[in-house]
Amino acid sequence: MFMSAAVWLLVSSLFGLIASIKFHSPAFLADCSWMTYGRVHPAATNALLYGFAVQSGLAVLLWVFARQGGTPLIHPVLIGGAAKLWNLGVFLGIAGIIRGSGSGFENLEMPRYAVCILFASYLLIALAATITLHHRKERELQPSQWFLFAALLWFPWIYSTANLLLLKFQVRGVTQAIIAWWFSANLITVWLALVAIATVFYLVPKLVNRPLYSSHYALFAFWTLLLFGTSTGVPFGAPTPAWMPALSAVATVMLIIPTIAVLKNVCGSIHGDCAPLKSNPAGAFIKFAMPAFLLATLMKCAASLPHLNAITNMTWFTVAQSHLQVYGFYAMTIFAAFYYLAPRVAGFDCTRFAKLHFYLMALGVTVLVIPLAIAGIKQGLMLNDPSTPAVDIAKATIPFLRAATTGELLIALSNLVFFINIASMAAAFAKKQYALLCSGDSCETNLAEVKA
Amino acid sequence: MKHGPLVFLAAFFVLSTSWFGFVLKPQADLGNAVQETNVVSTALYPQPRPGQAHQGAEVYRANGCFYCHSQQVGQTGVTCDVVLTAPGTNLTAAAEAIAKANPALATANLTELMKKLPANILTNVDRSTADNAMKLLKAPDMKAEVHIVPIGPDIARGWGRRHNVAEDYVYDWPVMLGSQRVGPDLANIGARKPDANWQLTHLYSPQGLVKGSTMPSYRFLFETRKIGRVPSPYALQLTGDLAPAAGYEIVPKPEARELVAYLLSLNSDAPLYEAPFTTPAPAPAQTNSIAAK
Repeated sequence: MFMSAAVWLLVSSLFGLIASIKFHSPAFLADCSWMTYGRVHPAATNALLYGFAVQSGLAVLLWVFARQGGTPLIHPVLIGGAAKLWNLGVFLGIAGIIRGSGSGFENLEMPRYAVCILFASYLLIALAATITLHHRKERELQPSQWFLFAALLWFPWIYSTANLLLLKFQVRGVTQAIIAWWFSANLITVWLALVAIATVFYLVPKLVNRPLYSSHYALFAFWTLLLFGTSTGVPFGAPTPAWMPALSAVATVMLIIPTIAVLKNVCGSIHGDCAPLKSNPAGAFIKFAMPAFLLATLMKCAASLPHLNAITNMTWFTVAQSHLQVYGFYAMTIFAAFYYLAPRVAGFDCTRFAKLHFYLMALGVTVLVIPLAIAGIKQGLMLNDPSTPAVDIAKATIPFLRAATTGELLIALSNLVFFINIASMAAAFAKKQYALLCSGDSCETNLAEVKA
Repeated sequence: MKHGPLVFLAAFFVLSTSWFGFVLKPQADLGNAVQETNVVSTALYPQPRPGQAHQGAEVYRANGCFYCHSQQVGQTGVTCDVVLTAPGTNLTAAAEAIAKANPALATANLTELMKKLPANILTNVDRSTADNAMKLLKAPDMKAEVHIVPIGPDIARGWGRRHNVAEDYVYDWPVMLGSQRVGPDLANIGARKPDANWQLTHLYSPQGLVKGSTMPSYRFLFETRKIGRVPSPYALQLTGDLAPAAGYEIVPKPEARELVAYLLSLNSDAPLYEAPFTTPAPAPAQTNSIAAK
C-alpha cells in the first residue's frame, strides 16, 4: 500500500506541477482538453488525497493495530486484494476526471463508478482492521488506537453521506455546497489529523524509548478535535444561513486547543532530549511535521477571524494553508512512519536516501507555502480595492506563483526519491525473501505482503 | 482504557452531532427551497435554465472553470439613499422640508436640486436616518423614496448588484460556488457581458481581448475548417494575428456555444425579499413598497 501510495504521490505532484505552470504560462498544454487546468488540478488533488493520503493512512493504521494489539493481521490476502481494488478505484476516478467526468464538487470530483469501488474497498479493509483490533492480545487500548479507530469509522460515514447526497440522491441548491464543505473539512482537518496524530503518538514514544507523556492530554486532544474539527468548513460570506459560517469560524478558532494539547504531549514525551530523534531518519520528519501542524492550525484560525477573512477569503492563502496541512503535516508524518516501519518490515536498513528525501521535501513545502500565502494576502488586499482591475491582480500574483512552481518541482523530486527508496527496498526485500524462502508467519511479513 | 464502550458512544455522539448540524439541518432548512418572488417584477425567480445553457453547465463542470472563478458575490452591508422624485406643488414648503431632512444641504442650491430629478437628498446613510428623513419630507404632493444600496468591494467592482443568497442556486446541479478568485466572479457574467460573440472570442483567445489575462485559451472547444460553399454563420470574426489562413474559418463546437449560453444565463440580479436593492426607474411605486417593508 505504501508502494502504491508513493506512486500516486508522484502522479499527484506531476499533475500539480503542470497545473502550477499553467498560471504563469497559460499556453502550456492548453490545446488539449485532457490537460486543461480545470481537469489537471482536481486530478492532482484526488491522487494526493485518495491515492496517497487515505491509502498510506490505512497502511499505518493496519500496522499500529497489529503491533499495539500484539496480534497478526487478520485476512492479509483480503486486505491485499482490497488495496488493489482501492488503486483500481483511484485510477478510474482520475481517468474520469481527466476525461471530463469530474463531479464539480471540490475534493469529491471522482465519478460515481470510482466512488463505489473505493467505498467497497475501504469497507473490506476497515472490516479486517476492526477484526484485528478485536483480536488484540493487549487488551488496554492506547491513544493511537482511539484516534485510528475513530478515523476508521468516520471516513465511510462522511464519504457515503457526501457521495450519496451529491451524486445519487441529489439535494437541492446550496445544501450541496454545504455538504461538500463539510466533507472536505472532515477529511482534511479531522481524518488526516486523526491519523497523523495517532502516528505521532505511536512513533514518538518508540523513538525516545519513553511512554507517552500523558494519555489525559491525548484524550483531551481527541475530544476537542472531534468536537471542533467536525464543525469547521463553511467559509465566511457563503450564501447560506448566517449561523453556519459563524459556527464554523468559532470551531476553527477552537482547533488551536487540540493542536496545543498534541504539541504539549509530544514535547513532554521528548522531554528536551532530541538526541534519539536525530539518530533515526523518522525524527527529522516528525520535527518538521509538528511546527507545520501548529502553523497550519494558526493559519486556519487567522483566516477565520472576520477581519482577516475579508482579505484571505477566496485567495491563494487558503490553498497555502491546505498544502501546509497535507504536505507539511500529514505527508511528513507518514514519511516518518515509513522510515520507522520499513527497516522493521524488510529486516535491514533501507533508508539510504531518507536525508535527501527530507531536505527536498522540507525545502519544497517551504518554497510552496510561503509564496502562496504572501500571494494570497496580496491578492486579497487587491480584491478589496475595487479600482484594481482583475487582470492586474492575477498579474501581481505571478512572481509568487513562479516560486510556488519551484516548490512543486522540489516536492515532485522528493517524491521521486521516496519512490526510488521504496522501490529499491521492495526489490531488495523480494530478493531476500526469495533467498531465505522465508515462510512469513510473523505479522511483519504479512504486512509486507500487503504493501508489496 | 477502562471505559472503552463509553468513549466509543461519546465519540459516536459527537460525530453524529456534526452530521445532524451540517447535513440534516441544512437539508431540512434549504432542501425544499422553491422559487422566490422578484419583489419588483413579481416574476418567479430563479427560472430553470434553457436547454442549451443547461448543457453548458456540464461543459463548465467538466472543464473545472469553477477552480478559478467563483460564483458568489459578497456584500459588506447595505446603505440607504433618500431620493426626491417630485417636489410637489408648494416649492417653498418642499425646500423647507428638505432643509430639515438634511441641514447640510445649502439652502441656496435647493431650487437647483429640485429641478434635476431624481435628486439625492441623503446618500449612504443607515436605515433609521433614512426613515427619519422620510418623516420630515412632508409637503403637498411631494414624493421621495428610500433606495436600498448594497455596498462592498464586489459590488463596487460591478460583479453584481447584491450579494448572492441560497435562493440563487435552487436549480443548479452541481452548485459551483468556487473557492478561488484567480479570475473575476461570474455570478452575473450574463448581465455584465451579454455579447455572445465577445464570450466566444474570449474563450478562443483570452489575451486577444483582455491584455495580460492569465486565462488559458480553450481552443479545443473550436475547430478550424475549410470554408464550404456557405461560410458558417457561427464562425468567429477574428482579425490580426488570430485570423485563420485564407479559405479557413474558426467555428465554435457545440460545447463552446453551450458554454457561452450558460455564461449568458448567469444573472442573479433579481431583487429578493432576503436580498433587496433598489432597481433604478421604471417602477418607482413598487420600489417604494419594498422600502416600506
